[in-house]
Amino acid sequence: MTPDEFNYISTLLKNTSGLVLSNDKAYLLESRLMPLARSNDLTSVEDLVRKMRATNDPKLATSVMEAMTTNESFFFRDQKPFDLFRTELLPQLMLDRAVQKSFRIWSAAASSGQEPYTLSIILKEEAAKLAGWRYEIIGTDISHDILAKARAGMYSQFEVQRGMPIQLLVKYFDKIDDQWQVKKEIRDHVIYKYFNLLESMLSLGKFDIIFCRNVLIYFDPPTKTKVLSEIARVLQPDGRLILGGAETVLGISDRFAPVQGKRGVYQLTS
Amino acid sequence: MKSCLIVDDSKVIRMVARKIMQELSFETIEAADGQQAIDECVKRMPEAVLLDWNMPVKNGIEFLRELRGMPGGDAPVVIFCTTENDIAHIHEAIEAGANEYIMKPFDSEIIQAKFVQVGLL
Ligand SMILES: C[S@@+](CC[C@H](N)C(=O)[O-])C[C@H]1O[C@@H](n2cnc3c(N)ncnc32)[C@H](O)[C@@H]1O
Repeated sequence: MTPDEFNYISTLLKNTSGLVLSNDKAYLLESRLMPLARSNDLTSVEDLVRKMRATNDPKLATSVMEAMTTNESFFFRDQKPFDLFRTELLPQLMLDRAVQKSFRIWSAAASSGQEPYTLSIILKEEAAKLAGWRYEIIGTDISHDILAKARAGMYSQFEVQRGMPIQLLVKYFDKIDDQWQVKKEIRDHVIYKYFNLLESMLSLGKFDIIFCRNVLIYFDPPTKTKVLSEIARVLQPDGRLILGGAETVLGISDRFAPVQGKRGVYQLTS
Repeated sequence: MKSCLIVDDSKVIRMVARKIMQELSFETIEAADGQQAIDECVKRMPEAVLLDWNMPVKNGIEFLRELRGMPGGDAPVVIFCTTENDIAHIHEAIEAGANEYIMKPFDSEIIQAKFVQVGLL
């Protein structure tokens, strides 16, 4: 692949999804785009780039973006943030919203659904305390393919074994042949939508808790800053933002400050 | 160092499990059936048991019920590791006192995830 072709793809990715591809990632481009080239009856990634340039086909551009994004996710990923959610953030939120008795949670890069379903299962486990409450979990992602998988809520044995405790697995999943499907009562609390984090977020409404985990790492600093200031606009003033283990607001956004003693949790600065 | 008793009638599976557990800094003990496993537990209670279901002499669920009745037998964290992957078997295991359940085939990532979940890593 010529540097020019590499630049074409990396510029496209940066503009459409924010994904930054450094020059040492050329091999990743080859390995991830080769299957797409083949399915378009092309024999090389170079030919794929040529076709994209010639046709400007938005469908092809989307396919390239979907092939290049990392969708890896697991239930109860890193465990700690979900423990914090259950033992501290949720009880506090229930005090703060005791009058309205409703709240909204956003999983801002929901991928195949493990994060929103983990939250939905935790809330179902707390059902006794939440009697009379209304809540919704919004799961968004830029990939239509991954959202379809999330909506289906169907996982392989391998996927459910990475993080889902066995008691919760048999309680909240149905076994269908070799697959495990999240039960309807859990799925029904989650609404999936296509959403690109580079866009204005106001149409989504306000949220009490936002999980935005393991997606900012793929963006460059100016993009991170922009996404975080948008998030600040849709988070309730007393809301909480949860980032991934390798992500921080420090040096990137002054709209947020870490919550003391709660790793990965951030609040709005006044 | 924490100890893990690996109970499986397949020598190959025991070897794979042993390698993984040693990587995770566990001392390993092995047993080829439920009775040998009981004998090991009488000698010394391990911190964890990785337990197959179908074995000659004494199977995994029989071992587990007997273990939970022994003095100190409620202490070890027991993780089933079996090809039985239907909900009925899983329920039976939980009722007998299993802490976690791995459906074969497994890999080191799954074992590690389960040991993190039960708080041993
Ligand atoms: C590694 S997954 C993270 C999943 C989950 N939050 C977790 O922590 O396990 C990253 C997801 O971000 C999505 N993504 C990447 N760029 C995006 C953008 N600009 N807008 C929305 N989603 C994006 C990808 O499609 C992918 O599903």
